[in-house]
Amino acid sequence: MRIRPRYTQWLAVTILGGATILTLAVLVFIIVFVLEKGLPVVNFGFLFTNAEDMGRAGGIFTTLIGTIVLPLLAIIVAAPLGISTAVYLTEYTVETRATKIIRFGTDCLAGIPSIIFGLFGFIFFVTTLGLGWSILSGGLTLAVMILPTIIRTTEEAVKAVPKSYRQVSFSLGATRWQTVKRVILPNALPGILTGIMLGIGRSIGETAAVIFTAGSSLRMPSSVFDSTRTMAVHFYILAREGISSENAYGTAATLIIAVLAINLTAYWMMGRFIAKRS
Amino acid sequence: MDAKFDIQDLNVYWDGNLLLKKVTLRIPSCQILGVIGPAGSGKTTFIRSLDRMNELEPGFKMEGRILLDGEDIYAPGYDAVTLRKKVGMVFALPVALPMSIYENIVYGPRLAGIRNHDQLGGLVEQSLQAAFMWDEVKDRLEMSGLRLSGGQQQRLCLARVLAMEPEVILLDEPCSGLDPISTAKIEEALTALKKKYTIILVTNNTKQAARIADQTAFFLMGELIEIGPTDRIFTAPIHKQTDDYVTGRFG
Ligand SMILES: Nc1ncnc2c1ncn2[C@@H]1O[C@H](COP(=O)(O)OP(=O)(O)O)[C@@H](O)[C@H]1O
Ligand SMILES: [Mg+2]
Repeated sequence: MRIRPRYTQWLAVTILGGATILTLAVLVFIIVFVLEKGLPVVNFGFLFTNAEDMGRAGGIFTTLIGTIVLPLLAIIVAAPLGISTAVYLTEYTVETRATKIIRFGTDCLAGIPSIIFGLFGFIFFVTTLGLGWSILSGGLTLAVMILPTIIRTTEEAVKAVPKSYRQVSFSLGATRWQTVKRVILPNALPGILTGIMLGIGRSIGETAAVIFTAGSSLRMPSSVFDSTRTMAVHFYILAREGISSENAYGTAATLIIAVLAINLTAYWMMGRFIAKRS
Repeated sequence: MDAKFDIQDLNVYWDGNLLLKKVTLRIPSCQILGVIGPAGSGKTTFIRSLDRMNELEPGFKMEGRILLDGEDIYAPGYDAVTLRKKVGMVFALPVALPMSIYENIVYGPRLAGIRNHDQLGGLVEQSLQAAFMWDEVKDRLEMSGLRLSGGQQQRLCLARVLAMEPEVILLDEPCSGLDPISTAKIEEALTALKKKYTIILVTNNTKQAARIADQTAFFLMGELIEIGPTDRIFTAPIHKQTDDYVTGRFG
Protein backbone atom coordinates (compact mmCIF):
# COMPACT_ATOMS: atom_id res chain seq x y z
CA MET A 1 0.00 0.00 0.00
CA ARG A 2 1.44 3.36 -1.03
CA ILE A 3 0.68 6.40 1.07
CA ARG A 4 0.09 9.57 -0.90
CA PRO A 5 2.92 12.18 -0.71
CA ARG A 6 0.44 14.80 0.44
CA TYR A 7 -0.51 12.58 3.32
CA THR A 8 3.10 11.79 4.35
CA GLN A 9 3.89 15.48 4.14
CA TRP A 10 1.05 16.22 6.54
CA LEU A 11 2.23 13.41 8.81
CA ALA A 12 5.83 14.72 8.87
CA VAL A 13 4.73 18.23 9.77
CA THR A 14 2.50 16.90 12.50
CA ILE A 15 5.14 14.67 14.06
CA LEU A 16 8.00 17.18 13.85
CA GLY A 17 5.82 20.06 14.96
CA GLY A 18 4.31 17.95 17.72
CA ALA A 19 7.74 17.06 19.07
CA THR A 20 8.71 20.73 19.09
CA ILE A 21 5.55 21.74 20.92
CA LEU A 22 5.98 18.94 23.44
CA THR A 23 9.58 19.99 24.17
CA LEU A 24 8.57 23.61 24.57
CA ALA A 25 5.63 22.65 26.77
CA VAL A 26 7.82 20.66 29.15
CA LEU A 27 10.30 23.53 29.39
CA VAL A 28 7.64 26.17 29.93
CA PHE A 29 5.89 23.97 32.46
CA ILE A 30 9.04 23.54 34.56
CA ILE A 31 9.87 27.23 34.47
CA VAL A 32 6.33 28.37 35.20
CA PHE A 33 5.97 25.79 37.97
CA VAL A 34 9.14 26.92 39.73
CA LEU A 35 8.50 30.60 39.22
CA GLU A 36 4.93 30.33 40.42
CA LYS A 37 5.94 28.63 43.64
CA GLY A 38 9.12 30.61 44.15
CA LEU A 39 8.49 34.18 43.00
CA PRO A 40 6.13 35.13 45.84
CA VAL A 41 9.05 34.71 48.26
CA VAL A 42 11.57 36.59 46.14
CA ASN A 43 11.93 40.24 47.03
CA PHE A 44 14.68 42.67 47.94
CA GLY A 45 14.90 41.39 51.49
CA PHE A 46 15.10 37.77 50.39
CA LEU A 47 17.98 38.50 48.03
CA PHE A 48 19.99 40.76 50.30
CA THR A 49 19.70 39.37 53.82
CA ASN A 50 21.55 36.41 55.20
CA ALA A 51 19.90 33.09 55.93
CA GLU A 52 18.83 32.41 59.47
CA ASP A 53 18.16 29.15 61.24
CA MET A 54 19.78 27.09 58.45
CA GLY A 55 17.62 28.76 55.84
CA ARG A 56 14.29 28.35 57.53
CA ALA A 57 14.10 32.09 57.82
CA GLY A 58 15.92 35.06 56.34
CA GLY A 59 17.20 35.36 52.79
CA ILE A 60 19.85 33.90 50.53
CA PHE A 61 22.44 36.68 50.33
CA THR A 62 25.52 34.60 51.10
CA THR A 63 24.49 31.89 48.63
CA LEU A 64 24.05 34.59 46.00
CA ILE A 65 27.64 35.61 46.64
CA GLY A 66 28.75 31.97 46.51
CA THR A 67 26.93 31.52 43.20
CA ILE A 68 28.74 34.50 41.73
CA VAL A 69 32.18 33.79 43.11
CA LEU A 70 32.56 30.07 42.37
CA PRO A 71 31.63 30.12 38.67
CA LEU A 72 33.61 33.33 38.24
CA LEU A 73 36.74 31.73 39.64
CA ALA A 74 36.11 28.63 37.52
CA ILE A 75 35.82 30.70 34.34
CA ILE A 76 38.81 32.89 35.16
CA VAL A 77 40.92 29.74 35.45
CA ALA A 78 39.35 27.56 32.77
CA ALA A 79 38.79 30.06 29.95
CA PRO A 80 42.41 31.12 29.35
CA LEU A 81 43.67 27.56 29.81
CA GLY A 82 41.00 26.03 27.61
CA ILE A 83 41.18 28.62 24.86
CA SER A 84 44.99 28.43 24.74
CA THR A 85 44.91 24.65 24.58
CA ALA A 86 42.32 24.64 21.82
CA VAL A 87 44.16 27.24 19.75
CA TYR A 88 47.41 25.36 20.20
CA LEU A 89 45.86 22.06 19.15
CA THR A 90 44.14 23.47 16.07
CA GLU A 91 46.57 26.11 14.84
CA TYR A 92 50.00 25.04 15.98
CA THR A 93 49.99 21.27 15.66
CA VAL A 94 49.27 19.06 12.70
CA GLU A 95 46.78 16.28 13.24
CA THR A 96 48.81 13.38 14.62
CA ARG A 97 48.08 10.41 16.80
CA ALA A 98 49.06 12.48 19.86
CA THR A 99 46.51 15.24 19.12
CA LYS A 100 43.86 12.61 18.42
CA ILE A 101 44.51 11.03 21.80
CA ILE A 102 44.32 14.42 23.52
CA ARG A 103 41.03 15.14 21.73
CA PHE A 104 39.63 11.75 22.66
CA GLY A 105 40.70 12.37 26.25
CA THR A 106 38.91 15.72 26.43
CA ASP A 107 35.78 14.18 24.93
CA CYS A 108 35.82 11.49 27.58
CA LEU A 109 36.40 14.02 30.36
CA ALA A 110 33.44 16.09 29.14
CA GLY A 111 31.16 13.12 29.67
CA ILE A 112 32.28 12.16 33.18
CA PRO A 113 29.64 12.65 35.91
CA SER A 114 30.34 15.72 38.00
CA ILE A 115 30.46 13.74 41.25
CA ILE A 116 33.71 12.18 40.01
CA PHE A 117 35.18 15.65 39.61
CA GLY A 118 33.92 16.39 43.11
CA LEU A 119 35.72 13.37 44.43
CA PHE A 120 38.88 14.30 42.57
CA GLY A 121 38.64 17.88 43.86
CA PHE A 122 38.15 16.62 47.39
CA ILE A 123 41.16 14.34 47.25
CA PHE A 124 43.44 16.69 45.36
CA PHE A 125 42.54 20.29 46.29
CA VAL A 126 40.84 19.84 49.65
CA THR A 127 43.09 17.15 51.12
CA THR A 128 46.38 16.80 49.25
CA LEU A 129 46.96 20.51 48.62
CA GLY A 130 45.39 21.27 51.98
CA LEU A 131 43.08 23.98 50.66
CA GLY A 132 40.21 22.64 52.76
CA TRP A 133 36.56 23.19 51.91
CA SER A 134 36.93 26.55 50.30
CA ILE A 135 36.02 28.81 47.42
CA LEU A 136 39.45 28.03 45.98
CA SER A 137 38.96 24.24 46.06
CA GLY A 138 35.45 24.57 44.66
CA GLY A 139 36.38 27.04 41.93
CA LEU A 140 39.36 24.98 40.79
CA THR A 141 37.29 21.80 40.75
CA LEU A 142 34.63 23.49 38.66
CA ALA A 143 37.38 24.79 36.39
CA VAL A 144 38.65 21.25 35.80
CA MET A 145 35.08 20.12 35.22
CA ILE A 146 34.26 22.70 32.52
CA LEU A 147 37.69 22.72 30.88
CA PRO A 148 36.88 19.96 28.36
CA THR A 149 33.71 21.74 27.24
CA ILE A 150 35.57 24.99 26.70
CA ILE A 151 38.36 23.24 24.81
CA ARG A 152 35.94 21.43 22.51
CA THR A 153 33.69 24.39 21.75
CA THR A 154 36.70 26.64 21.13
CA GLU A 155 38.23 24.05 18.84
CA GLU A 156 35.04 23.82 16.81
CA ALA A 157 34.77 27.61 16.66
CA VAL A 158 38.39 27.98 15.55
CA LYS A 159 38.06 25.27 12.93
CA ALA A 160 34.97 26.97 11.54
CA VAL A 161 36.96 30.10 10.62
CA PRO A 162 37.39 29.84 6.84
CA LYS A 163 40.78 28.63 5.67
CA SER A 164 40.86 31.47 3.18
CA TYR A 165 41.09 34.03 6.02
CA ARG A 166 44.24 32.35 7.26
CA GLN A 167 45.70 32.30 3.77
CA VAL A 168 44.98 35.98 3.25
CA SER A 169 46.50 36.85 6.60
CA PHE A 170 49.67 34.85 5.96
CA SER A 171 49.98 36.22 2.45
CA LEU A 172 49.92 39.75 3.88
CA GLY A 173 52.97 38.96 5.98
CA ALA A 174 51.35 37.93 9.25
CA THR A 175 52.97 35.45 11.60
CA ARG A 176 50.91 32.62 12.97
CA TRP A 177 50.33 34.43 16.24
CA GLN A 178 49.28 37.64 14.47
CA THR A 179 46.85 35.59 12.41
CA VAL A 180 45.44 33.99 15.54
CA LYS A 181 45.10 37.32 17.31
CA ARG A 182 43.71 39.44 14.48
CA VAL A 183 41.66 37.03 12.42
CA ILE A 184 41.01 33.72 14.11
CA LEU A 185 40.07 34.71 17.66
CA PRO A 186 37.77 37.60 16.65
CA ASN A 187 35.94 35.32 14.22
CA ALA A 188 35.75 32.42 16.63
CA LEU A 189 34.61 34.65 19.50
CA PRO A 190 30.87 33.93 19.28
CA GLY A 191 31.58 30.19 19.41
CA ILE A 192 34.08 30.61 22.24
CA LEU A 193 31.54 32.67 24.18
CA THR A 194 29.00 29.90 23.73
CA GLY A 195 31.46 27.50 25.34
CA ILE A 196 32.04 29.91 28.20
CA MET A 197 28.30 30.33 28.70
CA LEU A 198 27.88 26.56 28.80
CA GLY A 199 30.67 26.42 31.37
CA ILE A 200 29.09 29.13 33.51
CA GLY A 201 25.72 27.42 33.27
CA ARG A 202 27.16 24.08 34.36
CA SER A 203 29.04 25.70 37.25
CA ILE A 204 26.02 27.59 38.49
CA GLY A 205 23.84 24.50 38.43
CA GLU A 206 26.41 22.15 39.93
CA THR A 207 25.75 20.64 43.36
CA ALA A 208 27.65 17.38 43.86
CA ALA A 209 31.10 18.66 42.90
CA VAL A 210 30.56 21.84 44.94
CA ILE A 211 29.44 20.20 48.18
CA PHE A 212 32.53 17.99 48.12
CA THR A 213 34.95 20.85 47.59
CA ALA A 214 33.51 24.20 48.67
CA GLY A 215 31.44 22.78 51.49
CA SER A 216 28.12 24.36 52.37
CA SER A 217 28.80 27.08 54.92
CA LEU A 218 26.13 29.75 55.11
CA ARG A 219 28.49 32.31 56.62
CA MET A 220 29.70 35.21 54.51
CA PRO A 221 33.15 34.20 53.19
CA SER A 222 35.93 36.68 53.87
CA SER A 223 38.56 35.13 51.61
CA VAL A 224 38.94 32.45 48.96
CA PHE A 225 40.03 30.06 51.73
CA ASP A 226 36.59 30.12 53.31
CA SER A 227 33.84 27.64 52.63
CA THR A 228 30.75 28.85 50.82
CA ARG A 229 27.38 27.65 49.63
CA THR A 230 25.90 28.24 46.19
CA MET A 231 22.19 28.68 45.44
CA ALA A 232 22.04 25.27 43.79
CA VAL A 233 23.50 23.63 46.91
CA HIS A 234 21.23 25.73 49.12
CA PHE A 235 18.18 24.59 47.18
CA TYR A 236 19.32 21.01 47.39
CA ILE A 237 19.83 21.14 51.15
CA LEU A 238 16.60 23.04 51.85
CA ALA A 239 14.55 20.62 49.78
CA ARG A 240 16.38 17.47 50.73
CA GLU A 241 16.31 18.01 54.46
CA GLY A 242 12.80 19.44 54.39
CA ILE A 243 13.95 22.69 55.97
CA SER A 244 11.74 25.09 54.03
CA SER A 245 10.10 24.34 50.73
CA GLU A 246 9.06 27.98 50.34
CA ASN A 247 12.62 29.23 50.57
CA ALA A 248 13.78 26.31 48.42
CA TYR A 249 11.48 27.42 45.60
CA GLY A 250 12.45 31.04 46.17
CA THR A 251 16.08 30.05 45.67
CA ALA A 252 15.22 28.00 42.58
CA ALA A 253 13.28 30.89 41.06
CA THR A 254 16.19 33.26 41.65
CA LEU A 255 18.52 30.72 40.05
CA ILE A 256 16.37 30.42 36.93
CA ILE A 257 16.10 34.17 36.56
CA ALA A 258 19.85 34.57 37.00
CA VAL A 259 20.66 31.96 34.34
CA LEU A 260 18.12 33.53 31.99
CA ALA A 261 19.59 36.98 32.53
CA ILE A 262 23.14 35.78 31.91
CA ASN A 263 22.16 34.03 28.69
CA LEU A 264 20.17 36.99 27.40
CA THR A 265 23.10 39.33 28.09
CA ALA A 266 25.48 36.99 26.29
CA TYR A 267 23.21 36.72 23.24
CA TRP A 268 22.78 40.45 23.15
CA MET A 269 26.55 41.01 23.32
CA MET A 270 27.19 38.41 20.62
CA GLY A 271 24.55 39.92 18.38
CA ARG A 272 26.10 43.35 18.66
CA PHE A 273 29.56 41.98 18.03
CA ILE A 274 28.50 40.07 14.92
CA ALA A 275 26.50 42.99 13.55
CA LYS A 276 29.57 45.21 13.83
CA ARG A 277 31.63 42.92 11.62
CA SER A 278 29.29 41.99 8.79
CA MET B 1 71.23 40.37 -14.91
CA ASP B 2 68.27 42.35 -13.67
CA ALA B 3 65.90 39.46 -13.18
CA LYS B 4 63.65 39.95 -10.15
CA PHE B 5 63.05 36.25 -9.77
CA ASP B 6 65.50 33.65 -10.97
CA ILE B 7 64.00 30.17 -10.81
CA GLN B 8 66.35 27.27 -11.35
CA ASP B 9 65.31 23.64 -11.81
CA LEU B 10 62.27 23.93 -9.60
CA ASN B 11 60.66 20.58 -8.77
CA VAL B 12 57.59 20.54 -6.57
CA TYR B 13 56.05 17.45 -5.05
CA TRP B 14 52.61 17.13 -3.50
CA ASP B 15 52.23 14.03 -1.37
CA GLY B 16 55.26 12.53 -3.08
CA ASN B 17 53.99 13.13 -6.63
CA LEU B 18 56.19 15.27 -8.87
CA LEU B 19 53.86 18.04 -10.06
CA LEU B 20 56.25 20.76 -11.23
CA LYS B 21 59.10 19.46 -13.32
CA LYS B 22 62.44 21.26 -13.74
CA VAL B 23 60.90 24.68 -14.14
CA THR B 24 63.58 27.20 -15.04
CA LEU B 25 62.90 30.82 -15.90
CA ARG B 26 63.78 34.40 -15.13
CA ILE B 27 61.20 37.01 -14.37
CA PRO B 28 62.28 40.59 -15.09
CA SER B 29 60.97 43.51 -13.03
CA CYS B 30 58.57 46.20 -14.23
CA GLN B 31 56.72 43.82 -16.51
CA ILE B 32 53.68 41.65 -16.45
CA LEU B 33 54.40 37.96 -16.86
CA GLY B 34 51.30 36.07 -17.96
CA VAL B 35 51.12 32.42 -16.92
CA ILE B 36 48.71 30.31 -18.95
CA GLY B 37 47.89 26.62 -19.20
CA PRO B 38 45.00 24.25 -18.68
CA ALA B 39 43.60 23.50 -15.23
CA GLY B 40 45.82 21.22 -13.18
CA SER B 41 48.99 22.15 -15.05
CA GLY B 42 50.63 23.55 -11.92
CA LYS B 43 50.15 27.30 -12.34
CA THR B 44 48.89 27.83 -8.80
CA THR B 45 51.56 25.59 -7.36
CA PHE B 46 54.12 27.59 -9.30
CA ILE B 47 53.17 31.06 -8.12
CA ARG B 48 52.59 29.90 -4.56
CA SER B 49 56.19 28.70 -4.55
CA LEU B 50 57.23 32.30 -5.08
CA ASP B 51 55.86 33.56 -1.75
CA ARG B 52 56.22 30.26 0.09
CA MET B 53 52.50 29.78 0.59
CA ASN B 54 52.74 26.12 -0.44
CA GLU B 55 54.60 25.15 2.70
CA LEU B 56 51.55 26.01 4.81
CA GLU B 57 49.87 22.93 3.37
CA PRO B 58 50.82 19.39 4.33
CA GLY B 59 52.52 17.22 1.73
CA PHE B 60 54.61 19.91 0.06
CA LYS B 61 58.23 19.32 -0.94
CA MET B 62 60.44 21.25 -3.33
CA GLU B 63 63.86 21.02 -4.96
CA GLY B 64 65.83 23.58 -6.91
CA ARG B 65 66.38 27.24 -6.21
CA ILE B 66 64.30 30.36 -6.32
CA LEU B 67 66.28 33.58 -6.10
CA LEU B 68 64.66 36.92 -5.37
CA ASP B 69 67.12 39.74 -6.13
CA GLY B 70 69.84 37.09 -6.07
CA GLU B 71 68.88 35.69 -2.65
CA ASP B 72 67.65 32.13 -2.20
CA ILE B 73 64.21 32.45 -0.62
CA TYR B 74 64.25 28.83 0.53
CA ALA B 75 67.63 29.16 2.23
CA PRO B 76 67.41 28.09 5.89
CA GLY B 77 67.88 31.61 7.29
CA TYR B 78 65.38 33.29 4.94
CA ASP B 79 62.22 34.36 6.79
CA ALA B 80 58.97 33.53 5.01
CA VAL B 81 57.13 36.34 6.78
CA THR B 82 59.57 38.94 5.48
CA LEU B 83 59.31 37.40 2.02
CA ARG B 84 55.52 37.66 1.98
CA LYS B 85 55.72 41.34 2.83
CA LYS B 86 57.75 41.83 -0.36
CA VAL B 87 55.73 39.43 -2.51
CA GLY B 88 51.98 40.03 -2.32
CA MET B 89 49.30 37.67 -3.53
CA VAL B 90 45.79 38.13 -4.89
CA PHE B 91 43.83 34.88 -4.83
CA ALA B 92 41.33 33.55 -7.33
CA LEU B 93 38.38 33.97 -5.00
CA PRO B 94 38.13 37.47 -3.62
CA VAL B 95 38.37 37.23 0.15
CA ALA B 96 37.59 40.36 2.10
CA LEU B 97 38.38 39.83 5.75
CA PRO B 98 35.31 40.35 7.96
CA MET B 99 36.23 43.89 8.94
CA SER B 100 35.79 47.34 7.48
CA ILE B 101 37.20 48.35 4.10
CA TYR B 102 39.68 50.58 5.93
CA GLU B 103 40.77 47.79 8.29
CA ASN B 104 41.17 45.38 5.38
CA ILE B 105 43.60 47.72 3.68
CA VAL B 106 45.65 48.66 6.72
CA TYR B 107 45.96 44.99 7.75
CA GLY B 108 49.38 44.62 6.07
CA PRO B 109 50.76 48.05 7.03
CA ARG B 110 49.73 47.51 10.67
CA LEU B 111 51.63 44.20 10.67
CA ALA B 112 54.62 46.09 9.34
CA GLY B 113 54.39 48.28 12.43
CA ILE B 114 52.85 51.45 10.97
CA ARG B 115 50.71 53.11 13.65
CA ASN B 116 50.52 56.71 12.46
CA HIS B 117 46.94 57.57 11.61
CA ASP B 118 47.72 59.99 8.77
CA GLN B 119 50.21 57.61 7.23
CA LEU B 120 47.67 54.77 7.29
CA GLY B 121 44.98 57.04 5.85
CA GLY B 122 47.35 58.06 3.07
CA LEU B 123 48.11 54.44 2.24
CA VAL B 124 44.41 53.63 2.11
CA GLU B 125 43.67 56.43 -0.34
CA GLN B 126 46.74 55.71 -2.48
CA SER B 127 46.08 52.00 -2.79
CA LEU B 128 42.37 52.39 -3.45
CA GLN B 129 43.22 54.96 -6.14
CA ALA B 130 45.68 52.53 -7.72
CA ALA B 131 43.05 49.77 -7.68
CA PHE B 132 40.55 52.12 -9.37
CA MET B 133 37.99 52.05 -6.58
CA TRP B 134 38.66 55.11 -4.46
CA ASP B 135 35.68 57.02 -5.86
CA GLU B 136 33.36 54.07 -5.28
CA VAL B 137 34.16 53.65 -1.60
CA LYS B 138 35.78 56.83 -0.30
CA ASP B 139 32.63 57.79 1.60
CA ARG B 140 32.10 54.43 3.24
CA LEU B 141 35.49 53.19 4.35
CA GLU B 142 33.92 52.07 7.63
CA MET B 143 31.55 49.68 5.86
CA SER B 144 32.30 45.98 6.17
CA GLY B 145 34.33 44.68 3.25
CA LEU B 146 31.96 41.72 3.05
CA ARG B 147 29.20 43.97 1.72
CA LEU B 148 31.09 44.86 -1.45
CA SER B 149 30.27 43.12 -4.72
CA GLY B 150 32.60 40.37 -5.97
CA GLY B 151 34.33 42.70 -8.42
CA GLN B 152 34.81 45.34 -5.76
CA GLN B 153 36.08 42.78 -3.27
CA GLN B 154 38.72 41.65 -5.75
CA ARG B 155 39.89 45.22 -6.26
CA LEU B 156 39.89 45.59 -2.48
CA CYS B 157 42.20 42.56 -2.37
CA LEU B 158 44.47 44.24 -4.90
CA ALA B 159 44.44 47.48 -2.91
CA ARG B 160 45.19 45.53 0.26
CA VAL B 161 48.27 44.02 -1.38
CA LEU B 162 49.38 47.41 -2.72
CA ALA B 163 49.12 48.95 0.74
CA MET B 164 51.92 46.63 1.91
CA GLU B 165 54.12 48.40 -0.66
CA PRO B 166 55.42 45.09 -2.01
CA GLU B 167 57.93 44.61 -4.80
CA VAL B 168 56.18 41.75 -6.54
CA ILE B 169 52.45 41.12 -7.03
CA LEU B 170 51.24 37.59 -7.71
CA LEU B 171 47.72 37.16 -9.03
CA ASP B 172 46.12 33.73 -9.35
CA GLU B 173 43.29 33.93 -11.87
CA PRO B 174 42.06 37.14 -10.25
CA CYS B 175 39.28 37.70 -12.77
CA SER B 176 37.90 34.19 -13.06
CA GLY B 177 34.69 35.05 -11.22
CA LEU B 178 34.32 38.65 -12.32
CA ASP B 179 32.14 40.49 -14.81
CA PRO B 180 33.77 42.14 -17.87
CA ILE B 181 33.68 45.63 -16.37
CA SER B 182 35.43 44.63 -13.15
CA THR B 183 37.88 42.62 -15.23
CA ALA B 184 38.65 45.66 -17.37
CA LYS B 185 39.26 47.77 -14.27
CA ILE B 186 41.69 45.23 -12.84
CA GLU B 187 43.53 44.97 -16.16
CA GLU B 188 43.76 48.75 -16.38
CA ALA B 189 45.11 48.90 -12.84
CA LEU B 190 47.71 46.21 -13.52
CA THR B 191 48.89 47.90 -16.68
CA ALA B 192 49.45 51.11 -14.73
CA LEU B 193 51.11 49.27 -11.84
CA LYS B 194 53.73 47.47 -13.86
CA LYS B 195 55.87 50.62 -13.99
CA LYS B 196 56.62 50.10 -10.34
CA TYR B 197 56.11 46.40 -9.66
CA THR B 198 56.95 42.98 -10.96
CA ILE B 199 53.62 41.39 -11.77
CA ILE B 200 52.95 37.71 -12.30
CA LEU B 201 49.45 37.04 -13.54
CA VAL B 202 48.09 33.52 -13.77
CA THR B 203 45.07 33.50 -16.01
CA ASN B 204 42.70 30.92 -17.38
CA ASN B 205 41.78 33.38 -20.09
CA THR B 206 44.40 33.42 -22.84
CA LYS B 207 42.94 36.62 -24.23
CA GLN B 208 43.70 38.37 -20.97
CA ALA B 209 47.36 37.36 -21.24
CA ALA B 210 47.37 38.52 -24.85
CA ARG B 211 45.91 41.88 -23.79
CA ILE B 212 48.17 42.87 -20.93
CA ALA B 213 51.13 40.51 -20.45
CA ASP B 214 54.57 41.55 -21.71
CA GLN B 215 55.84 38.00 -21.56
CA THR B 216 53.81 34.84 -21.42
CA ALA B 217 54.72 31.45 -20.01
CA PHE B 218 52.80 28.33 -21.01
CA PHE B 219 52.56 25.46 -18.52
CA LEU B 220 51.35 21.99 -19.35
CA MET B 221 51.22 19.07 -16.94
CA GLY B 222 53.77 20.57 -14.60
CA GLU B 223 56.22 21.57 -17.26
CA LEU B 224 57.10 25.01 -18.53
CA ILE B 225 56.67 24.38 -22.23
CA GLU B 226 57.53 27.78 -23.52
CA ILE B 227 58.14 31.36 -22.41
CA GLY B 228 58.64 34.44 -24.52
CA PRO B 229 57.30 37.83 -25.51
CA THR B 230 53.51 37.65 -25.55
CA ASP B 231 53.26 38.61 -29.24
CA ARG B 232 55.50 35.78 -30.27
CA ILE B 233 53.81 33.20 -28.01
CA PHE B 234 50.48 34.02 -29.61
CA THR B 235 51.59 34.47 -33.20
CA ALA B 236 54.61 32.25 -33.67
CA PRO B 237 54.90 29.69 -30.86
CA ILE B 238 57.76 27.26 -31.16
CA HIS B 239 55.98 24.28 -29.65
CA LYS B 240 52.93 22.65 -31.13
CA GLN B 241 51.25 22.27 -27.72
CA THR B 242 51.49 26.03 -27.19
CA ASP B 243 49.98 26.65 -30.59
CA ASP B 244 47.14 24.23 -29.86
CA TYR B 245 46.43 25.86 -26.52
CA VAL B 246 46.54 29.52 -27.57
CA THR B 247 44.42 28.88 -30.62
CA GLY B 248 41.89 27.10 -28.44
CA ARG B 249 42.28 23.66 -29.94
CA PHE B 250 42.38 22.18 -26.44
CA GLY B 251 42.40 23.14 -22.80
N1 LIG C 1 47.71 21.40 -1.43
C1 LIG C 1 47.83 20.39 -2.33
N2 LIG C 1 47.92 19.11 -1.91
C2 LIG C 1 48.03 18.11 -2.80
N3 LIG C 1 48.04 18.28 -4.13
C3 LIG C 1 47.94 19.53 -4.62
C4 LIG C 1 47.82 20.65 -3.74
N4 LIG C 1 47.73 21.76 -4.51
C5 LIG C 1 47.79 21.36 -5.79
N5 LIG C 1 47.91 20.01 -5.87
C6 LIG C 1 47.99 19.23 -7.10
O1 LIG C 1 48.93 19.83 -7.98
C7 LIG C 1 48.49 19.76 -9.32
C8 LIG C 1 48.55 21.12 -9.95
O2 LIG C 1 47.54 21.91 -9.39
P1 LIG C 1 47.51 23.48 -9.50
O3 LIG C 1 48.86 24.01 -9.19
O4 LIG C 1 46.41 23.95 -8.67
O5 LIG C 1 47.21 23.70 -11.04
P2 LIG C 1 46.49 24.89 -11.79
O6 LIG C 1 46.54 26.10 -10.91
O7 LIG C 1 47.25 25.06 -13.03
O8 LIG C 1 45.09 24.46 -12.06
C9 LIG C 1 47.09 19.15 -9.30
O9 LIG C 1 47.19 17.79 -9.70
C10 LIG C 1 46.68 19.24 -7.86
O10 LIG C 1 45.87 18.15 -7.49
MG1 LIG D 1 44.95 27.25 -10.10
